[in-house]
Amino acid sequence: MKILVKLFATFRDNRFVKQEMEFPDDTTVKEVLAVLAIPDEEVAILMVNGRNEEVDHPLKDGDTLSLFPPVGGG
Amino acid sequence: MKAYVGTVLRINLSTKTITKEAIDAEMAQKFVGGRGLATYMLSQEIDPTIDALSPENKVFIATGPLTGTNAPTSGRYMVVTKAPLTGTIACSNSGGYWGPELKNAGYDMVVLEGKAEKPVYITIIDDEVEIKDADHLWGKKVNDTTDTLLEEMGDQKARVLCIGPAGEQLSPIAAVMNERFRAAGRSGVGAVVGSKNVKAIVVRGSKKVEVADSEKMRDILKGAMAKIRENGVTGQGLPKYGTAVLVNIINESGVFPTRNFQTGVFEEAEEVSGETLEAKYLVKRDPCYRCPIACGRYCKADDMEGGGPEYETLWAYSADCGISDLKAVIKANHLCNDYGLDTISAGCTIACAMELFEKGYIKAEEIDGPELNFGNADAIVEWTRKMGEGEGFGAKLAQGSYRLAESYGVPELSMTVKKQELPAYDPRGIQGQGVQYATSNRGGCHVRGYLISPEILGIPEKLDRLSLENKPQWAKIFQDLTATIDATGLCLFTSFALGAQDYADMLSAATGQEWTADSVLEAGDRIYNIERIFNLKAGFTKADDTLPKRLLEEPIPEGPSKGWTTKLDELLPLYYEVRGWDAEGVPTEETLKKLGLK
Ligand code: SF4
Repeated sequence: MKILVKLFATFRDNRFVKQEMEFPDDTTVKEVLAVLAIPDEEVAILMVNGRNEEVDHPLKDGDTLSLFPPVGGG
Repeated sequence: MKAYVGTVLRINLSTKTITKEAIDAEMAQKFVGGRGLATYMLSQEIDPTIDALSPENKVFIATGPLTGTNAPTSGRYMVVTKAPLTGTIACSNSGGYWGPELKNAGYDMVVLEGKAEKPVYITIIDDEVEIKDADHLWGKKVNDTTDTLLEEMGDQKARVLCIGPAGEQLSPIAAVMNERFRAAGRSGVGAVVGSKNVKAIVVRGSKKVEVADSEKMRDILKGAMAKIRENGVTGQGLPKYGTAVLVNIINESGVFPTRNFQTGVFEEAEEVSGETLEAKYLVKRDPCYRCPIACGRYCKADDMEGGGPEYETLWAYSADCGISDLKAVIKANHLCNDYGLDTISAGCTIACAMELFEKGYIKAEEIDGPELNFGNADAIVEWTRKMGEGEGFGAKLAQGSYRLAESYGVPELSMTVKKQELPAYDPRGIQGQGVQYATSNRGGCHVRGYLISPEILGIPEKLDRLSLENKPQWAKIFQDLTATIDATGLCLFTSFALGAQDYADMLSAATGQEWTADSVLEAGDRIYNIERIFNLKAGFTKADDTLPKRLLEEPIPEGPSKGWTTKLDELLPLYYEVRGWDAEGVPTEETLKKLGLK
């Protein structure tokens, strides 16, 4: 299945901004993080199609996964 | 009573009398200081129904007990008055260095009363306070005013608070500025200062703020500093990217208001993101007094450089106006600071004008400047300048979006609550933020209760932004804690890392009073209620606790929040109940008694 992975802030360093990636069906966010070499605990906000989810969330074909380190403001 | 310096400086501009009075210790403890104590005093001293720009209104420029202490982010002061934009209570908060300097000069707050016959400025050098002629400053922009005053004082370390031409022209979206780029921005507090013919207040102090138990304070601050440093948001995210890092987060959630809130997704968000700002335009970080977080930015675009833009500003001038040209946004921000305009209200008013123009309400022949189409980068820069100058159609824009849209018979196209422009989060996809906006005591505002923190950022815990569950409770807690943080004189951004207990510990060590997490929240509740009572007396009712029709009736058309409106009908009655207010939104006798307000 195809997943659109979007990285933000420091996660972009030595990686990419946005990339479509292939994964086997039912891959979880945790498994994607392992491929990207991003430790789970560094992820502060994790969105699947714009909704906050947890790392064990299973992905579906066509999902957009957005990953942020701790950031905030206002 | 330590941490307070103990003196209120009262300046009557009509009679030119300057008096120094002792701060009311009992009320200071009850209302903490700053926002709380000043609101209490204003409520005692003025009739809330008066015209905000009349000499009867008063301006309280107030610090909190922690302002000027060693506590992190202790540079804050607040401008409390009746607001010309909304007609509600106003409390606009600013950082920088002016607040601590005022305390070092020996005053917890300055009260401006009456109206000077002609333009004046005020100098406060420790015990020496003078009212001086400001004819030569009137009409000058903020940078020029600051340069002139610093030179005249012969002291580059003096701190200058002033208004720009917008405040002189009584624009209801005029800000009070300090150290050039720091703004007590919202609700038109700059116009109230302008209505009194006051151009500036320059301060220099040589004393030091004393705390009750300096050893205990040192230990507590060590702990608080460690929490701020270790927290991902205050220790890494804000220092590196500033607040603009939110652009992508909010856009990815589909709640990034675009083209005057017509949609929640901006296709060119990346162009105006915190990441892009950092890579292309950031010159340096520009922190406030004693601030380890240092979210403040200093950017340059062509010949314009200065403080900002912060997230809300960046959004108002980019997505809300359909603009992806970050250079133009930086320039518009710079002009707002120099003319003394509130960046949120100014940007949003141009966005509203663009919708009015595209829908045919504003006619091309009526405007004496660039076409007001969404996406026209020249328009945001030039119209901001014209607003600041009060020139031609710009003078109409400088009245804010509500008065503008109302003049064309379509006030519903102004994205405001109580006539104040909403900030950068579409509440249709963030339900708690929606009820917070509707009940904010100063109208459309995110910093009366930043529900974005739990609903989007997951701090202190993750909430589903689309669920209604417990949102009224969260709104109340955030509003109450925020009121106390403001009143202490610390920056709200500390709350990403600190909780009620931390503020209680700092207050106890600094003042020598006994504070607990519960009493911190209760003080906030008390402050929130006196603000509410001020507004009720000013004539506000339940009917004003609402949102623009668009946000209640038109679902977000696309993106991750597609199909949602704010469910205010369901949330508002529950919110009143949680607050201990009756079905009309009036605090009950029991609530007032419980809070010691009866
Ligand atoms: S966090 Fe930002 S706004 Fe707050 S005190 Fe620090 S620099 Fe100023």
